[in-house]
Amino acid sequence: MKGDPHDASARVRLAHGAGGPAMRALIESVFLDGVTDPEARALGDAAVLPLGDRFLVLSTDAHVVMPPFFPGGDIGRLSVSGVVNDLAMAGCCDVLGLTSSVIVEEGFPIESLRRIHRSMQIACAEANTRIVSGDTKVMQKGEVDGVVLSTSGVGITDRVVRDSGLLPGDIVIATGTLGDHGLAVLSARHALGLEGELRSDVAPLNGLVRAVLASAGSKLHAMKDPTRGGVTSALTEMAQKASISIVIDEAALPLSAAARAAAELLGIDPLSVANEGKALLGVEASAAPEVLRALHAHPLGVHAACIARVTEGEPGAVWLDTGFGTRRLIERDDLPLPRIC
Amino acid sequence: MTEQRKLEFRDVARGRALQQRLADLVARAGRDVTLMHVCGSHEQAFARYGLRSRFPQGLRVQMGPGCPVCVTDAPEIDAAVALAERGYRVLTYGDMLRVPGSSDSLMDARARGARVDVIYAATQAAEIARGSREPVVFFATGFETTAVATAAVLLNAPPANLFVLSAHKWVPAAMEIVAESPETQIEGYLAAGHAATITGCGLFEPFVERYRRPVVVAGFEPLDILAALVLLVEQVLGGKAEVVNAFPRAVTKNGNQRALTALFKVFETDAGEWRGIARVPRGNLRLREAFAAHDASLRFSGEFAAPKLPRDGALECCCGGIMTGRLTPTDCRLFGSKCRPDTPVGACMVSSEGACRIWYDLREREASE
Repeated sequence: MKGDPHDASARVRLAHGAGGPAMRALIESVFLDGVTDPEARALGDAAVLPLGDRFLVLSTDAHVVMPPFFPGGDIGRLSVSGVVNDLAMAGCCDVLGLTSSVIVEEGFPIESLRRIHRSMQIACAEANTRIVSGDTKVMQKGEVDGVVLSTSGVGITDRVVRDSGLLPGDIVIATGTLGDHGLAVLSARHALGLEGELRSDVAPLNGLVRAVLASAGSKLHAMKDPTRGGVTSALTEMAQKASISIVIDEAALPLSAAARAAAELLGIDPLSVANEGKALLGVEASAAPEVLRALHAHPLGVHAACIARVTEGEPGAVWLDTGFGTRRLIERDDLPLPRIC
Repeated sequence: MTEQRKLEFRDVARGRALQQRLADLVARAGRDVTLMHVCGSHEQAFARYGLRSRFPQGLRVQMGPGCPVCVTDAPEIDAAVALAERGYRVLTYGDMLRVPGSSDSLMDARARGARVDVIYAATQAAEIARGSREPVVFFATGFETTAVATAAVLLNAPPANLFVLSAHKWVPAAMEIVAESPETQIEGYLAAGHAATITGCGLFEPFVERYRRPVVVAGFEPLDILAALVLLVEQVLGGKAEVVNAFPRAVTKNGNQRALTALFKVFETDAGEWRGIARVPRGNLRLREAFAAHDASLRFSGEFAAPKLPRDGALECCCGGIMTGRLTPTDCRLFGSKCRPDTPVGACMVSSEGACRIWYDLREREASE
């Protein structure tokens, strides 16, 4: 069948990189083929390796955003935030250092590279980390589109948080407004002229997560950042890994007025597009008010809100209560394409 | 919380009251009531708000031939694919990319290196052509809502290298097909509010007189739809058949005369095949002779491939039965097995406005309830 990664004649399609079921099928059939290591098979955003009585946390992330500069950020800020957030989601807030590989197309403006580098430095300062090693490759014109960044990071933590730990009765908290990054990039990419106040939320979250860990302690059961595939993919993966159901209260979703308007206009579900500076936290209900207070006191958490509850229902199912009815949220493999009428 | 404006047409308490009214009416009827809407945007709203999950038992609202992507015929897509494969730059709306023609979709062509780009507005096609020296083909699809936009571009000094491959359809023809289908059980129709802003609701009066079925024009917010359903069920139970405008904040009786004038200055209706349904008299919108210089079907007439044999499974596809309300997606043998969003056979599985796609997304929920 066309697109089945087990078929020897199959080719890679864009859907294989969209963060949904097709991507997981590709990883399963190619990259996990013959792999038995449970840490790799856990498919977490970061790997957790025991180191004495502590844990070494390691993650890597490649960035190919088009356009490389967008409202609210650029590919440099994204590459640092992406890997710092992968580490933070595992509970690791002290990032020892990052490495950065740059693959750049012949003819790319050096001033743009300088801009990208400067914003990587700024993001590193915000995350209280540094880039300690790097690599540069130049490709012939047309062999790569602009610039590709690949960043890795390493840190040490005493306590590990997984994305699989949700329990029935837990509350899911979003640390801020949802959908901003995906909608801002989509709008910039297609020159839709909607930018206005629509800005990417790209930011390193390790400081915010530190505040959450201090406030929730062991009542923080699971954590994940809703990047590619958005809240829908992140919650589906969390629900599948924990074999529970999640019910989202649509009226409680924090959305900026600009994101709400862009999503309505384009017919795109803001829950299906990427965030680059938000986390979803699964906490014991009794701890939710305290965690919210801690989030609201942090500059990156002022719009935090309880958005969903965890139930015992059908394992892996994520539901949206719209107030007019309930529907199931299904991950989509296709990239969000605005409707035609 | 960020700015959380209270949206008048999404007031949950008023929604509950309308849902209760619907339940009372259907209970009083003591029988099943089957209605049809003819608009992909309505199906999206049903699914988006989970409206059917709170319908009273006995109320069914089926989706008719209201998805412009779904009714675009395979040979129309083949023509666009052929031009793309010949090396012409082809522009189209997002959903059209993945719909298979006889064998391939525009996305397949793009994966093989053809230049196919998604645009969001017809004006972008003109802008892209102006910035280019080579011919640019706009594969223009959709009902009169998007056809008016295409017409406006062609009336506004279009660049000489812009060619329109029109697959535009004229929606008023859609309900007639359903009403004339001998097996039809449909007792009332929910008409699409956005199309009616152009055509006007008066357009439905001959239909109502001829087929003795009520038509209520509805908007797309949950309260618009629930209120329109109440008006429709009231008419059905009262044995009435009238046109009611339940979207008066946008729709008038006579419609947007300026838009209609532009539309028919550029296009004329013509009989045409609607995918899986039938050859529809007056169902297609083709460019008038005055716009022949921009008509891709004339300019490139020698370059379209010969008709292709239908692809594997296409003959079993039930899209036609589904779009005329005779079948539901789960009646199709291909649904969920051979035909899935990642490997669609019929167009209804591709488009985000297609009944099969929407049902596929909700399938497990139906099974779990």
